[in-house]
Amino acid sequence: MTALNTKLFRELWQLRGQVLAIALVIAGGVAVCLMSIVNYSSLELTRAQYYAENQFADVFASLKRAPRHVTQRIAAIPGVLRVSDRVEGAAKLQMPGFTDPVSAQIVSLPGNEQPLLNRLYLRQGRLPDARHTDEVAIIGSFAKAHNLQPGDTIKAIINGRWQPLRVVGIVESPEFIFVLPPGGLLPDYQRYGVLWMARDALAAAMDMEGAFNSVLLQVDRGFAVADVIDHLDRLLARYGGTGGLERHDQISHRYLNDELAQLRTMATVFPLIFMSVAMFLLNVVIGRLIATQRDIIAVLKAYGYGNWAIARHYLQLTMVIAVLGLVLGCVIGLWLGRGLGEMYIEYYRFPRLLFIIHPGWFVLLTVITLLFAFLGSLRSIYRAASLPPAEAMQPEGPVRFRITLLERVLSGVRFSQPSRMIVRQLARRPGRTGLSVLGVALATAIIMVGNFQFDSVSLMVHAQFARVQQQDVAVTLTDPVNSAALFGLVRDPGIRYAEGRRSLAVELIHGHRRWRTALSGIPEPAYLQFVIDESMAPVAIPEAGVLLTDFLAAGLDIRAGETLTVQVLEGERRRLEVPVAGTTSEFLGVAAYMRLSSVNRLLGEGPVVNQVLLNTDPQQSTVVYERLRLMPGVLAVNIREAMLASFYDTLAKTFLTFTFFNSLLGGVIAFGVIYNTVRISLAEKGRELASMRVLGYSTPEVGHILLGELAIILLLGVPVGWLIGQGLAAALVWSLQTELYRVPLTLTVQTLAMSASVVLVSAIGSGLIAWRRLAGLDLVAVLKTRE
Amino acid sequence: MSDNKVVFRTQGLTKTYQQGDVEVHALRGVDLELYDEEMVVLLGASGSGKSTLLNILGGLDVATSGVVEYCDMTLSQASDRELTRYRRDFVGFVFQFYNLIPSLTARENVAAVTEIAREPMSPEEALGLVGLSDRMDHFPAQLSGGEQQRVAIARAIAKRPQVLLCDEPTGALDSATGVLVLAALDKANRETGTTTVIITHNAAIAAMADRVITLSDGMISGEYRNAERQEPASLSW
Repeated sequence: MTALNTKLFRELWQLRGQVLAIALVIAGGVAVCLMSIVNYSSLELTRAQYYAENQFADVFASLKRAPRHVTQRIAAIPGVLRVSDRVEGAAKLQMPGFTDPVSAQIVSLPGNEQPLLNRLYLRQGRLPDARHTDEVAIIGSFAKAHNLQPGDTIKAIINGRWQPLRVVGIVESPEFIFVLPPGGLLPDYQRYGVLWMARDALAAAMDMEGAFNSVLLQVDRGFAVADVIDHLDRLLARYGGTGGLERHDQISHRYLNDELAQLRTMATVFPLIFMSVAMFLLNVVIGRLIATQRDIIAVLKAYGYGNWAIARHYLQLTMVIAVLGLVLGCVIGLWLGRGLGEMYIEYYRFPRLLFIIHPGWFVLLTVITLLFAFLGSLRSIYRAASLPPAEAMQPEGPVRFRITLLERVLSGVRFSQPSRMIVRQLARRPGRTGLSVLGVALATAIIMVGNFQFDSVSLMVHAQFARVQQQDVAVTLTDPVNSAALFGLVRDPGIRYAEGRRSLAVELIHGHRRWRTALSGIPEPAYLQFVIDESMAPVAIPEAGVLLTDFLAAGLDIRAGETLTVQVLEGERRRLEVPVAGTTSEFLGVAAYMRLSSVNRLLGEGPVVNQVLLNTDPQQSTVVYERLRLMPGVLAVNIREAMLASFYDTLAKTFLTFTFFNSLLGGVIAFGVIYNTVRISLAEKGRELASMRVLGYSTPEVGHILLGELAIILLLGVPVGWLIGQGLAAALVWSLQTELYRVPLTLTVQTLAMSASVVLVSAIGSGLIAWRRLAGLDLVAVLKTRE
Repeated sequence: MSDNKVVFRTQGLTKTYQQGDVEVHALRGVDLELYDEEMVVLLGASGSGKSTLLNILGGLDVATSGVVEYCDMTLSQASDRELTRYRRDFVGFVFQFYNLIPSLTARENVAAVTEIAREPMSPEEALGLVGLSDRMDHFPAQLSGGEQQRVAIARAIAKRPQVLLCDEPTGALDSATGVLVLAALDKANRETGTTTVIITHNAAIAAMADRVITLSDGMISGEYRNAERQEPASLSW
């Protein structure tokens, strides 16, 4: 090993604390980046492969009922490669030891084989046998939620008839990676499942023999999917078709797209912050090291080392730190990526996660990391290399201080000499002080961004489940009924109040923009569920016109006063022109609202409803649930409590995990910045502080000078961090808006306090290390040397 | 002069420290008494142990064995906290490299000490004593070496210490400037009556002392009393 390399490694060891602090910051950035990229790519590839292997359809259509020979006409539509028709139905299930209503979607399987499209992945057991009408395969999420195994039986009501079902297989489907119950806003694996039955058995139960009510298409790449759907819609209109959906609009696919977009945001924004901080730290630390080694540089040059050799030496030092951070970051990133991947596997029902690692990413990450490290140390290294040896031999010129503006302004205030030292030290290097403040600010901001999400999600839940949905139970009916039926309902034991709504599937059209959603007819006045605005106050539904969720209005590019085309996707499939009366701000889901009476009038139907909201007596809820289970015409039952619980189970858990990681990462940045600031400050002022100890200042008094500087940086950095955090949070909220939910921006005192606390703890940790060094200062040695 | 009260007394003072793998015997049994108000020059070559002795007297270092007493206080058994207290209340230091605080002006450097002292003179008075009344608001970087050392002397005497310990105060200065610094020390000693110890390897300085003690190889090798203290202005080297 050359002498210079020996020097390099000795110095790395001497600086190990600072080296590690910088490497950790770099590692944080690399880890977040790698974790996000790995998951983004893995999820995308997993999904693509899953779709390909299981022949995921391109077009999905539902209809009332069509004879099976219609499939031949569908197959004749130009561009259609494959057609798979099937029967779909709904079931109410009775799960042993579970009193809440449980509902399920039932899908038919042809004969004894896999369907042509949307094939199933068999996790356990086998597919239902066509000869046994009671056999079903169930989706994995539901099986897991109820601990069901092949061989178990469940009781179901299909089309009003009790039927025992025997589980023979546990399966997954590309169509149900993300399972959302009808009328629900979030997945609920305990109360909603998907079952597959042999076609003949299901058709018999549903009175659909020789017919189908759902069709899937695969489209030739050379043809426009929209044209195929146009054809299909025209063909199925007379069979009660509700309009074909593109894959893009398929619910499970769409939610997965949102998730992927979020990962993309994470892969870019966070690593950028980390790398910038690391760059600044390298700049300061390497700069300081070179300043203390002027004489060494001079001697090396005097012995004939060239400028390039000197530059290379210090560059190597930087690169070792960068590579250390890179390697650490890659290991942590892969580990976190694996963990996050497993979380996704729990949440989304993939048969397996293809964990892909592309060598190209490492090359790219390496290039980026080394580039940032290089840029960070460039200035200092350039200065070292270009120093003429004779000049380097001299100690650095005396440090020039001046009386600061602050002291002039506060000339009436008596500063103690230590306080003056703090202020002047900070003012002497405004650039570095500013960057230290910025570093602390960024750490604060990152922690804030992690934590505010939980507040916001809590607000979202509060708004949805405490303000908007005041019913205990929401009942979705298979077909509309006269609202007079509500009077009958309230006479039932346990039901205190009932309110009817009319919900219908629609396509909203404005110009070339289209959006499929539900249009809800709401009674006026409504007592159980209403529309709220940003300040969570109930909004009255105007006499005429439709209210749209603002996210939806933006998506349709429509404003109040303009006319919206509403294509009803059921019944007579009327096409209506309705003025937009206004927008509402909801956090969960998107919807269009009208008065119930207006919807009934526009559809030309009587006073009918297909959704019933109930207030129940908590003492008798079991009785109510049992009654609803047996009641014909009930498609699904959503319990508010259960929705709340499932919400915390899924979303909150995910958010909390991210919160924890963000706090950890923010803490790493804070530690990196503060520890280095203190260490450098100690190195620069060690002589001064030792002199003061000699003059009779005690360790705490001298510590005041060192830590006072730190306190000021914190005092400035934390509030600036709050501001930056607010900006970042706003940007994040904006970029994470999805159809499923829009997280509102709320920053609570707790969030601000939490971010400040994490930074403070890091600061105290660094401060204690500095304190220990301060107490161990060699007073005699300092007096023997010229600075 | 020997009628004066004994301020410092050392008995059998030794100091051994480890320098790498080598054990260095800096002091090998020093017995010494220093009296109130006297000006002592400790003369010795480099490595004779004079700085080690000064540091132990000043409470910056502790002896390996032996006793050091300052008035009624046994320094050789004092804790770090007591030594800090002792330095703060009784000792004034002047160092070869001044050790001024670069971010404070001359006045503020002195104030750094007077703020924590019990009965200090004002910084202005102390700087006046060393002849720097017109340079009080300059930062160390704006002062010459001699001026910086005089600020250091002002800083040392401003708290009215019982003893003034000076380690090669002229070591970094040329002869003419050095004389100015010595004159300041001489004046301070005469006007405040502070026991003053100057350590130096420069024999020419010995003439300004009441008493001269020579050290070699960690032991006192000689001691004599000047019949008359020379004015620093008459010294040259």
